Amino acid sequence: MTAVTQDPALAAEGLGVPAHRRGVFWTALRQRKSAMVGLFIIIFFIVLAVIAPFISPYSATAQTCAVYAPPSAQHWLGCDDGGIDMLSELMQGGRISLVVGFAATLVAMVIGGGVGILSGYFGGWIDSALMRITDYLLVIPSLVFAIVIADIWGANLLHVIIVIGILQWTSTARIIRAQVMSLRERVFVKRARAIGSGNGRIIWRHILPQVAPLLIANTVLTVAIAIYMETVLAFLGLEDPTVTTWGTILQHAFDRTAISSGAWWAIVPDGFAIAAIIVGCFLLGQAIEDSLNPRLKVAHLSIRRWRFRPLVGRGKDAI
Amino acid sequence: MSEFMAARPAPSVPAAGAADQVAAEAAVRQAPGDVLLDVRDLRTYYPVRRGLVQSVARAPRRHVHAVDGVSFSLRRGEMVALVGESGCGKTSTLQTILGMVKPTSGTVTLDGTDITALSERQMRPLRRTIQMIYQDPYESLDPRFRVRDTIEEPMLVHGIGSSRSERLPLIAAALEQAGLTPAELFIDRYPHELSGGQRQRVAIAASLVLSPALLLADEPVSMLDVSVRAGVLALLDSLRRDADMAILMITHDLSTAAHFADRIAVMYLGRIVEQGRAADVVRDPQHPYTKALLSVVPKRDPRDRTVPQILTGETPNPVDVPAGCRFHPRCPIATDRCRTEDPALRQPDAAAAGDHLAACHLA
Repeated sequence: MTAVTQDPALAAEGLGVPAHRRGVFWTALRQRKSAMVGLFIIIFFIVLAVIAPFISPYSATAQTCAVYAPPSAQHWLGCDDGGIDMLSELMQGGRISLVVGFAATLVAMVIGGGVGILSGYFGGWIDSALMRITDYLLVIPSLVFAIVIADIWGANLLHVIIVIGILQWTSTARIIRAQVMSLRERVFVKRARAIGSGNGRIIWRHILPQVAPLLIANTVLTVAIAIYMETVLAFLGLEDPTVTTWGTILQHAFDRTAISSGAWWAIVPDGFAIAAIIVGCFLLGQAIEDSLNPRLKVAHLSIRRWRFRPLVGRGKDAI
Repeated sequence: MSEFMAARPAPSVPAAGAADQVAAEAAVRQAPGDVLLDVRDLRTYYPVRRGLVQSVARAPRRHVHAVDGVSFSLRRGEMVALVGESGCGKTSTLQTILGMVKPTSGTVTLDGTDITALSERQMRPLRRTIQMIYQDPYESLDPRFRVRDTIEEPMLVHGIGSSRSERLPLIAAALEQAGLTPAELFIDRYPHELSGGQRQRVAIAASLVLSPALLLADEPVSMLDVSVRAGVLALLDSLRRDADMAILMITHDLSTAAHFADRIAVMYLGRIVEQGRAADVVRDPQHPYTKALLSVVPKRDPRDRTVPQILTGETPNPVDVPAGCRFHPRCPIATDRCRTEDPALRQPDAAAAGDHLAACHLA
């Protein structure tokens, strides 16, 4: 059948891949500058994390300069309390922070997507049971819970990933559940069941592809939250003290009197990196989410997009 | 629609010669096969949700009597039209036969097997034999599936063909059987690249690929443009003639029913109130409800000014079915007996044909 798809006559008739089949992501990116900016920031940090070992100027663990040496031509971002080059340390920290962020998000999405789909699809007592668990986790003060768990299990990278993962899946589960509940009633799903398709087949072939864009938008948003959570836990000293992350850099600088010594370079670039990646994730995630929700495109239904426009200078058409 | 209305006399006009011709045709086409589907006293009730206060106060559980004692049978190669107003239980009847809704009581026998007693797992192999065509072709196809995936899916579910290359000719054959020729032009398209009529044909092709014995059609043409209705209806008609399929079709359109169906069953409030051969029901309606329905069918001759008999009142709530004859609150000729005694479906005294039944004391 490849001959058919490549038939130039069909392509000329516009029967090739139609615009919206190229995916909501591409459309979202094309239409919104904010999405492009967000994607650029995320890619920038990912690329930096990947190539960090090759381009970092100094060791991220060994002393290469004086304690709290200010930024100079040799050490662009100065040095920390141990005489370690800040730029190298920041690059190394970004690697771990991103890994923790993405791994915790993976955990959250697998649990959240799974619970949401099972709950929405099967309904009944399965739905009630899973949603009560979700409610329970939703009302637990997450930071307190994370502190307790991290403390009991011990400070360890894997534990931090798991703690963040099991705290961040609840909102995803609720969003996916709502979507699946409406999908389940769609005629094409009923038709699949009437044909004799089993539940597994319907979920895998009909439900999952429909909720996938929503899941991806949630993934990007959750990455931001996970990185933030990791920073918070590390800052509170619940991260493995032997690894370098953006959180532990902040913690060390704070503990070891960077502020009172006036060593702003030990805190500001690190905080800026954390803020930038979070903003990037939110910009991209919200752009995808917006493009999935047609209500947000209609100005008077949107909570995000309305604004005052002055009547002055808009001619007599202005109402 | 106008196409076939013009080609043949509309059966709703009781002109003697034309009606006889229709009756004769019906007799010829009704070379009765063996009984494929037998529905006996089928009841499907949906529980009404009670509020917390009501359930604490032990209010009695109430039910929507969607299907309330429906009996009929369907032979191979026969098309039966189920007509009636919205909410009278036509779709619930189909859903129950399909096994998507469990009946409260009664039996559905398919080819000698009672399928109401089967579990979902036991039912699965039998799903090949019953296929359903839905009303809205814009909703019934997965928007992310190409035509070939939509048609291939039933084969994958039922293990037909071992490889893609083996299934491909079957997909093409089903498409061409459903009137989408050449198949290569359609096989790689997405639903949004097809017209409504084409989508409905794809849905039909996806049913045909399993070569079902029974086709349930829930208003298959009501969402389609008038210009393509005739084509889809003719396709269904050819399926039961050539492929010997039994077709149970829901329709609002009595002239469609009269033209294509062998038999018509009129439903009112969860029950069949009149059934018989299409020509008999249309030419000589026995139940006052059928008479009212027929009186509002537009006539072909604008000079024929029969007064439409508009029913007063609303359809009663199917939660509180009226006592006696369920049609009596709206019936123009109801008597005291109708208010107390529920009429059985029987052959009316005035009916000419033996298999013409109506549930009315006065018929």
